[in-house]
Amino acid sequence: MSRIAQTFTNLRLKGQKALIPYVSCGDPSLEFTEQLVLKLVEAGADLVELGVPYSDPVADGPTIQKASQRALAGGITLEKIFQLAARLRSRMETPLILMTYYNPIYRFGLERFVSRAQEAGIDGLIVPDLPPEEARILKQITDPAEIDLIFLAAPTSTAERMEKIAALARGFIYCVSVTGVTGSRENIASGLEAFLAQIRSHTDLPLAVGFGIKSPETAGKAAAIADGVIVGSSLIERIEENLPLVKDEPERVINEVCAYLASLKKAMGNTHFAMN
Amino acid sequence: MRKNSYFGEFGGQFVPETLMPALLELETAYEQYKDDPHFKEELRYYLTTYVGRPTPLYYARGLTEYLGGAKIYLKREDLNHTGAHKINNSLGQTLLAKKMGKKKIIAETGAGQHGVATATAAALLGCECTVFMGAEDVKRQSLNVFRMKLLGAQVIEVTSGTQTLKDATNEALRHWVATVRDSHYVIGSVVGPHPYPTLVRDFQSIIGEETKQQILEKEGRLPDYLVACVGGGSNAMGLFHPFVHDREIKMVGVEAAGCGVNTGQHAASLTAGSKGVLHGALSYILQDSDGQIIPAHSVSAGLDYPGVGPEHSYYKDSGRAQYEAITDEEALEAFQMLSRLEGIIPALESAHALAYVRKLAPTLSPEQVIVVNLSGRGDKDVETVSKLLGGRARE
Repeated sequence: MSRIAQTFTNLRLKGQKALIPYVSCGDPSLEFTEQLVLKLVEAGADLVELGVPYSDPVADGPTIQKASQRALAGGITLEKIFQLAARLRSRMETPLILMTYYNPIYRFGLERFVSRAQEAGIDGLIVPDLPPEEARILKQITDPAEIDLIFLAAPTSTAERMEKIAALARGFIYCVSVTGVTGSRENIASGLEAFLAQIRSHTDLPLAVGFGIKSPETAGKAAAIADGVIVGSSLIERIEENLPLVKDEPERVINEVCAYLASLKKAMGNTHFAMN
Repeated sequence: MRKNSYFGEFGGQFVPETLMPALLELETAYEQYKDDPHFKEELRYYLTTYVGRPTPLYYARGLTEYLGGAKIYLKREDLNHTGAHKINNSLGQTLLAKKMGKKKIIAETGAGQHGVATATAAALLGCECTVFMGAEDVKRQSLNVFRMKLLGAQVIEVTSGTQTLKDATNEALRHWVATVRDSHYVIGSVVGPHPYPTLVRDFQSIIGEETKQQILEKEGRLPDYLVACVGGGSNAMGLFHPFVHDREIKMVGVEAAGCGVNTGQHAASLTAGSKGVLHGALSYILQDSDGQIIPAHSVSAGLDYPGVGPEHSYYKDSGRAQYEAITDEEALEAFQMLSRLEGIIPALESAHALAYVRKLAPTLSPEQVIVVNLSGRGDKDVETVSKLLGGRARE
C-alpha cells in the first residue's frame, strides 16, 4: 500500500480527516520552505504538497502566482526541489506530493522526471493541467514507479468524466470546491456536499477538498463531508504578509503559519466530533 | 489522447479539469454548426455586408518593380472592418457562442486588434464582452483600449508576469475557469487547447479560399509562394490551409526575431524555440531548461508571444512550411518601404512578412508569383514607429 493510501487508512481508523498544506517551494527561499514543511508536520499536516513554481500557472489565483514569482526570482529549479524532497524524506515519513504544471515535467523528460521523483521519495504527483485525456503516457510511467498520479475533479465535471477520473486515479481524488482558480474568495459552494456524493458514487478512494479553504470554518465544513482538506493560498498569505520578517526571524513567520494550520486542524477535529 | 485533437504530435488539451467539459461542449457545437447551412449563411451574410469581404488581392506593381523579381500580390486583410483579419474569427466564434446559448464573451488581446474585433462582434451580436490586455500593451496601444471601451467592452489590464499577450491569455483562461458555465472564450489565434486551433483555422481559411479563386482569375494559375507573419499564426494558417495539398506551393511563415534570434530578445518560437506546452497545447515555445516560459520580445505587440499554433509546429516538422525570422529593424524598414511604394501603411506584424518578401522576391524570376498576407493596417502602429524613428520617416 502506498504511503498516501496508508496515511488515509490510518486516519480513517482514528476517525480523523487529512490536513494537506500546499507550500510553494523556494518562496521566498529553499531553507525557509524546508523548515516550514518540518514544522507544518509537527503542527498537524498529514500529507504535504510541494508546489513547483511555474511562470504561467493558469489554475492559480494571485496569491500562488506571486509566491511562484518570488520563488523563481530566488532561483528555484526542479533539481533543487528534488533535493529538498530527498532531505525531507530522510527526516520524516509524511507523504510528499509534488504539484506541478505539465510543461516542467515534459521539458525535464517524463521518464527522467518520474525517476528523480522516485529517488527523492515523492509519493504522489498532481498536475493541474493534465486532464484524463492527456494523462495516459505519464500514468504508464508513474504506475510502475509506485507514484500515485492524483487527478482533479471539478464542479463542472460530468458523471461520465467523474467515471473516467475515478478509473485512472490513485492515492486520492482532488475535489475542486469552486468553479474558479486557487485562492478563490468565494464561499465553499453550497453544492459541495452533492458534488462529493456524486464523485463518491464512482470511487472508494479518499476525497480531498481544495481551492477556497481559507479559514477554520471552511476547513471544518469541508472536513465534515470529505476525507481530507487541502489548504494553500490562505497559508501562503501569512508568509506574504510577513515577508520583511522572513530573513531575520524566519521562526516567527513559520510559527504564525503553523499556528494557523493548527487552528484548521482543531476546527476539523471539532467538526468531526460534532458530527458524531 | 484522442487523435483528432492533435496535429501529428502537436496540440492536445492541457487544461484544468474545470474547462474540459466546456471544450467538449464547444467541439460538439462546432461539429454541429460548421456545416449547418443556416449558420454558414448567417456568417457569410455578416462577412460580406458587414466586414466587407471578399478583400481584394492587389497586384503591388510599385513594390514588384522596386524589388525587381517575382510578381507580388497583397491579400488586403487590412481592408476588413476593424482593420485586420482578426474579425473573421471573432465573428465566427461569437456567432457560434450565441448558438450555444452563451452571451458572455471573453477575449485576450496583444496589439489590441483581436480585442477590438471581438468587442465589435459582441456589439454587433448583442453580447457582453470582457477583454484581457497586458498592462505593457495597454501602454503601447492606448487607442485600441479606448476603441474597445467605445464598443462597450470591459477592458481588464493584466499586471501579472510579463504584462503582455502571454499573461493576458493566462488571465483570460483563469477568468474563463471561473465563469465557464455561461461564458465563451474567443481565442484570437490558432493556439490554445483543441478544438481552438482547428476552429480558428477554419474561420480564417476564407483568406486562402478567396486568394485561390482570385489568383486563378488574375494569373490563371496558383502562386509559387505564400508569405505571412506568424505570432500565434492565425493569418498565416488562414492563408496556407486551403493550399496545403497543393504541394508545389511554398509556404513561408515569418516570425519576429526582435533584436535577433541569438540575443534572447525575440519571439521566434519555431525558429529558435523547443517543444513544450503553453496555453493548453503542445507546440514549439520559448522556455528555459527547467520548462519555465521565457518572455518574448518584438516591436510588434501582435507577434510578442512565446508560443505558436500547434499546426504550424506540425508544418515545420513535416517540412510542409518553412519558417523564417525578421528583426525589429528589418520590419521597420519594410513598414516604410510599403508606405512609400504603394501608399499602404501596413501593420508592424504584416511588415515582418513584407521584410521577408523584400529578401525573397529579387531571388526569383518575373514569371514567379508571391502572395503576401497583408494581415492588418498600420494606423495603430504609427505612433510607435514615429517614436522609434525619432519622428523622421526615411526620405
